[in-house]
Amino acid sequence: MADFDVPELKEYLEVPEPRENVTNHLAPFTAKPDHQTDLGFPAELVDNWKEVAIDKMGDLLGKYRSLRVFLDTCVHCGACTDKCHYYLGTTDANNMPVARQELLRKVYRRYFTFAGKYFPKLVGATDLTEEVLDDWYSYFHQCSQCRRCSVFCPYGIDTAEISMAAREIMDEVGKGQKYCNEIIAKVYKIGNNLGLPQPALADTLEGLEEDIEDETGVKVRLPLDEKGADILLITPSADFFAEPHVDGLMGYAKVFHEAGVSWTLSSEASEAANFGMFIGSYDNMRKLALRIRKAALDLGVKRIIFGECGHAWRVAYSFLNTLAGPFDFLDQKYPIPQHICEFTYDLLNENKLRMNKAENDHMTLTFHDSCNVARGAGMGGFEGGQFVIPRAVIKASCNNYYDMDDDTIHDATFCCGGGGGLLTDDLMEIRVKGAMPRMQALKQVTEEHGVTNLAAICAICKSQFAKTLPYFGFSMDQIVSVHQLVSNAIVLKGSEQEAELDGTADENGEAETA
Amino acid sequence: MSLVSALYVGLFYFATVFLVVGLVLRIKTYAQTPAPLKIPTMPAPRTETGVALRMFREVAFFESLFRSNKWIWLFGILFHFGMLLVLLRHLRYFTEPVWFWVNWVQPFGKYAAFAMLAGLLGLWARRFLVARIRYISTPSDHLMLALLVGIAMSGIGMSFLVHTDIISVKAFFLGMLHFSPQSLPTDPLLLVHLGLVATLMIIFPISKLLHAPGVFFSPTRNQTDSSREQRHIADWAKELEAGER
Repeated sequence: MADFDVPELKEYLEVPEPRENVTNHLAPFTAKPDHQTDLGFPAELVDNWKEVAIDKMGDLLGKYRSLRVFLDTCVHCGACTDKCHYYLGTTDANNMPVARQELLRKVYRRYFTFAGKYFPKLVGATDLTEEVLDDWYSYFHQCSQCRRCSVFCPYGIDTAEISMAAREIMDEVGKGQKYCNEIIAKVYKIGNNLGLPQPALADTLEGLEEDIEDETGVKVRLPLDEKGADILLITPSADFFAEPHVDGLMGYAKVFHEAGVSWTLSSEASEAANFGMFIGSYDNMRKLALRIRKAALDLGVKRIIFGECGHAWRVAYSFLNTLAGPFDFLDQKYPIPQHICEFTYDLLNENKLRMNKAENDHMTLTFHDSCNVARGAGMGGFEGGQFVIPRAVIKASCNNYYDMDDDTIHDATFCCGGGGGLLTDDLMEIRVKGAMPRMQALKQVTEEHGVTNLAAICAICKSQFAKTLPYFGFSMDQIVSVHQLVSNAIVLKGSEQEAELDGTADENGEAETA
Repeated sequence: MSLVSALYVGLFYFATVFLVVGLVLRIKTYAQTPAPLKIPTMPAPRTETGVALRMFREVAFFESLFRSNKWIWLFGILFHFGMLLVLLRHLRYFTEPVWFWVNWVQPFGKYAAFAMLAGLLGLWARRFLVARIRYISTPSDHLMLALLVGIAMSGIGMSFLVHTDIISVKAFFLGMLHFSPQSLPTDPLLLVHLGLVATLMIIFPISKLLHAPGVFFSPTRNQTDSSREQRHIADWAKELEAGER
């Protein structure tokens, strides 16, 4: 299946010996000139790129305390060396968080510190050369910015911040990554990552309404661009398009229907994910976030709810207020923005949803904490809510649930291996290798508890697992969406399922109640 | 006053000024650099008190390090808290009369030097024995450990083997504090010990030892989880907004 070695799943996760330059060759395609310029970056590598890069680094050092402090405080203690899923999967020494950071830090030292200027060899400082730039391009695109290292660092040093800075410097000299920049350009031009225009969205939603009616006998609406609706739903565009994402979208629609609220999607802001974060560009992240503000204002909604998407939720929860706020025109009674899991959780707590867990009895589930939710954002307004709430929603939807090993869930969760702008076919090798630690934990619960399915609340996790599960002997449909489980279990009022449960269905299976 | 004494007077004045000014400048830079986005590593405390507690647990117990690696944690705790007791004990050379609690610390402080040394040797051994740590070590990492081991061993030597004239040492430092320099005993162990200490003071503000003040400025640890409730915007980011709305 693959033209590279797929890591073997052992009984326990083993920490490999570091090897040099094993995955140096793995680098994404570079951005085309017009995608660069669409985002405000130079079309190709500028002539004086070294000066531009050093200047940019100086600029970022003055703008981001995280970068400044993180570059100074690392003591090479090694606590992070065995924490990165890409290191565990590839054995490449530069995928140890500290070594990845050193690629930038050694240049920082050379140009910005006393010791690096006068004693470069002693402190490990080097000039910025083409070789270093190539290493940056490879290894800062072998980081999914999952922040697992930041949990375990005694100083909280977060490689995500370092790799974002490195990517921004590379964009600034004209060496951008194709996947991220093409997608951001597509959002600017068409409105979402997948480039789905308004008519295609409308068509898809209509089809989904028909599917739900066929299945339940209830007409559940999936409105688009409906002015005056109470809730604007922002969801990753994968939800309109791919499996299992689209089953999750039907789940949200059923929950909204059952809650009796008015809601709408927006073709102007038909994308929750904000790839501006991946490339570390505050400007682009802000521009993308402002589209959501504009859509909310244009449609006159009172609330904003986000669908299942990890990075989107991080930007929404942690940054939206900062980037595109203040949201004083929305109803302040509700969290701004709110996550669909929070919405469903509240309804469940108020006993407003009737759930028939047996509908999911063909599955035994485990939950994959998506890294940008687990380590990057909260939920529910209480510490650790992001761990509790999705699990509560899953457990309300099914009878069989087991967690994976403690060291691999909650804030210690392993990344799916495809986040941070790596979900592209040209990086398949690193994606498969990076998925290994998660697959190893999945294998363990599969064997111990007979787990059959993995539920996730991130579009990238879902897409990544659908692609990588088969490499490890699983099947692609083992990844499910959390609201897909809700969708299966929810008993809509007046539905065929309700009639069947209450024994009020006649011989034709039609509901008697009106 | 001998030439050696004069050299050490000059060295310590220089080292003290370099350390203090260097640290103040660095801390000022950290404090003045904006943190434009809320990036606490979650789950994060939702109140300022919670953040203070989280930081206290990090600094006092090395909480995150305990989760990551028990060996590094053990050696790190032995070294840092051994050194803390040793430093507190050393206050008796800089104060007159000696504060009562420094006298209490004195016996513990003397033996804490061994804990400090054991921690350092453990940390150093890892740099040779564990391939991953060997890979990420630079010459300066080794030199810094060598420096600290040198300080600890020369100190232990004076405490337990070849005693120095501590009355004169104290007179020397009190003299420096009052800007009326006194002579320093010239036994080699003391000169080595003090020379290494002064070197450490000088490299402190220009090296990775900045992790000491830096940890308090780490946005992933010192920020509250309140981004939905409060807008958190840096001045440079406000400028982007100006004139737009």
